[in-house]
Amino acid sequence: MAPWSDLMTSPALLAAVGEVGKGFIQERSSDTLPCQADTSKLFCFDWARENIDRYGTPTLQQLELVVISVLIGFAIAFALSVFAHRHAWARPPLLAGTGILFAIPSIAFFLLLLPITGRGRETAIIALSAYTLQIIYRNVMVGLANVPDSVRDAARGMGLTDRQILWKVELPLATPEIVAGLRIATVSTVAIATLAVFAGGGGLGTQIYGGGNLSFTTSIILAGGIAIAMALLFDVVLLTIQHLITPWRRAAA
Amino acid sequence: MTGPLPHPVLASFGGAIEFIFTPQESNVTGGNKVGGLDKVLELALTQIEVTIFALALALVVALPIGLYFGHKGTGELLAVGLGNAGRAIPELALIAFMAAAIGVGVLNLTIALAVLGVPPILTNTFVGIRQVDRATVDAARGMGMTEFEILRKVELPLAVPTIMSGVRGATVNIVATATIAPLAGVLTLGDFIINENVYGTDGVLAGAILVALLALAFEFGLAALQRRLTSKGLKLKPV
Amino acid sequence: MAFAMLAALALAIGATACGSSDDDSSSTEGSSGGGAIVSNPDNAKVSLTIGSKNFPEQEILGEIYAQALQAAGYKVKSDLNLGSETVALQAVKSGAISGYPEYASTALTSFFGKEPEDVPADANGAYDEAKAEFEKEDLTAFPPTPFASANAVGTLKKTAEKYGLKTVSDLDGVSEKLTLYGSPECPERIDCLKGLEDLYGLKFKSFKPVDISLRYTVLEKGQADLSILFTTDPQLAAEKDKFVILEDDKEVFPAGNVIFVTKKSTAEQAGPDYEKTIVQVQRGLTLEVMQELDARVELEKQTPKEAAKAYLESAGYIG
Repeated sequence: MAPWSDLMTSPALLAAVGEVGKGFIQERSSDTLPCQADTSKLFCFDWARENIDRYGTPTLQQLELVVISVLIGFAIAFALSVFAHRHAWARPPLLAGTGILFAIPSIAFFLLLLPITGRGRETAIIALSAYTLQIIYRNVMVGLANVPDSVRDAARGMGLTDRQILWKVELPLATPEIVAGLRIATVSTVAIATLAVFAGGGGLGTQIYGGGNLSFTTSIILAGGIAIAMALLFDVVLLTIQHLITPWRRAAA
Repeated sequence: MTGPLPHPVLASFGGAIEFIFTPQESNVTGGNKVGGLDKVLELALTQIEVTIFALALALVVALPIGLYFGHKGTGELLAVGLGNAGRAIPELALIAFMAAAIGVGVLNLTIALAVLGVPPILTNTFVGIRQVDRATVDAARGMGMTEFEILRKVELPLAVPTIMSGVRGATVNIVATATIAPLAGVLTLGDFIINENVYGTDGVLAGAILVALLALAFEFGLAALQRRLTSKGLKLKPV
Repeated sequence: MAFAMLAALALAIGATACGSSDDDSSSTEGSSGGGAIVSNPDNAKVSLTIGSKNFPEQEILGEIYAQALQAAGYKVKSDLNLGSETVALQAVKSGAISGYPEYASTALTSFFGKEPEDVPADANGAYDEAKAEFEKEDLTAFPPTPFASANAVGTLKKTAEKYGLKTVSDLDGVSEKLTLYGSPECPERIDCLKGLEDLYGLKFKSFKPVDISLRYTVLEKGQADLSILFTTDPQLAAEKDKFVILEDDKEVFPAGNVIFVTKKSTAEQAGPDYEKTIVQVQRGLTLEVMQELDARVELEKQTPKEAAKAYLESAGYIG
């Protein structure tokens, strides 16, 4: 075996073979360090401006996770609550079931699914959907229960069938609660989706936990900030929708 | 991975259960034993301690404020807005930020956890007190009760279910975030999950199972507490 | 000394001469010059996944290899930041990745149970021994990089001055008052806490596991008295007035050159360009260059991908 390392580190050889170009290696000292190398600097604007594109894909991934999970969670929760509304016997078990989903920390949920669904986006979506499911289910049930009996009786008196009462009277009146549930679920899901990095599902968590970012406050602030902004944006949009579709009632937050 | 519940899945869970009870020669560390009941209890205890301290801190901060403003009837925007905003905080970012900016350690972690616990308690306390029928409050005032007595004897008991609901929500948040506490240097059950390097895939799954069980234990405990604190007249049928 | 330099220069000139006329893409002799990587269409049917361990220097190496192999015509995916050495080895054995860069010293001490004093001090000796051991498990390793890295016990300059610490042995009698921070697997590694306890006979006030990214943060925030650092860390060169490492006088932390670990079968299927490209592209990785790359990622917060690309382009391997 040729004595690789001896030859390799010889400056003469390097100069002759011409590995890295001149000026590749830079002199660095404490006074010339840029903002991002200084761990006492909480936020580096210049670095943030130059590297903002790094957050593009993670943000899109997070958006994807949230939207898909909320839609799935909503669909299932809605179906379940319509069912439970009709069949009272189903309510205790469903309440208990959703209560359990609520209590289990999402990161644990991601990893419990790991042996079954593997690492990746799908696992994250399943866990996030379960979380939104229980919030929305609870809110729909509360919304339906809050419809005054007098209104129901009046509707029945007008000759509407149970099915018509549900779709034409109860659900519209329960809409504020339902949209409130949707709002809570969406905002919470945006925050939790940052943990998807632990399940290999991407998202903004990759800019907080991955690749040495744990010591880099600028990245943590950026990633966290984008997540918070996303959540608040969803909140405002859904609040507006809530106001628009229920003009007859200004719902409590 | 699709198909009927395959044997490998049961095997994984089996491996995780073993990990919990007996120190294993993990499939990643050469020769050293990891896991076992002692380690499990040590980490679980840390998580429980940290959760209780953070919850206590959150209660001390949020309850008085929520009770005061709820009784007074002002500050709705703040109380409810804070609740909303609190939900939007990504825990990973909060914990990572604390560790990088201020430093690793139990004190910093507890404060971060308490910060996450305050919004649900504050909002629910406020809403719970507000929701008490004004007529009842007026009647009590008419009976000559002081404001403080009204709060203590009338509004608070009626608001218990809502307040407890907030406390439970806060606890879920805190337990979940305490799981990633190892990033801030405090070793909780989440250590099994985060450090696959040390504990192996069995450890990761074991950690997930244990964290879920701990969270459920807190939830059931608080649900029982809620039942005890709720006066008889209020025990309505659940939705 | 002068003769050696002359010989090296002669060899170098000869090498460059050979290199510049070597434009046949499927030449199987070892490429002796620097020069661009040529894409070989035969490689397009081979898929490779390059992995790495969980700290920046590793990710940079992984990216360099991945981008180089891509330029050589392979279909390349990367799965960096896998975890510690045991997780990475597991990934190679299970086929999750094709290969990853490992330090010869880590391989010998962590995988093959050698005592640090038995790790050969020269790069080739260590490489030969590691390769022989790997081959017992149907794995193989490619020749080493010019640079070597090692673990080190580091501290703030003022702490070292306060306790008069120059070597690790100086910690004797002092370490009981000091807290040590290291990676979670440190207590089990002979070239980490285990070695400090067993071979140096040191006892610390406490050991706290933290993520590798925080190894300097914990020193700066004053929580750690001592922290496990790497000899190639850019902070050591750029912030000499702040951080120091203690000399490893008992040689418990052997330096390791990087060798690329892969399955024998993978190497056979991938053809000669697999090893050739990796060997070619790592020739520029001297200690200074590696530190420069580490600095770009750890200090300037560039991505490993960007740093790797800059290196490959500057040295003329790609584009």
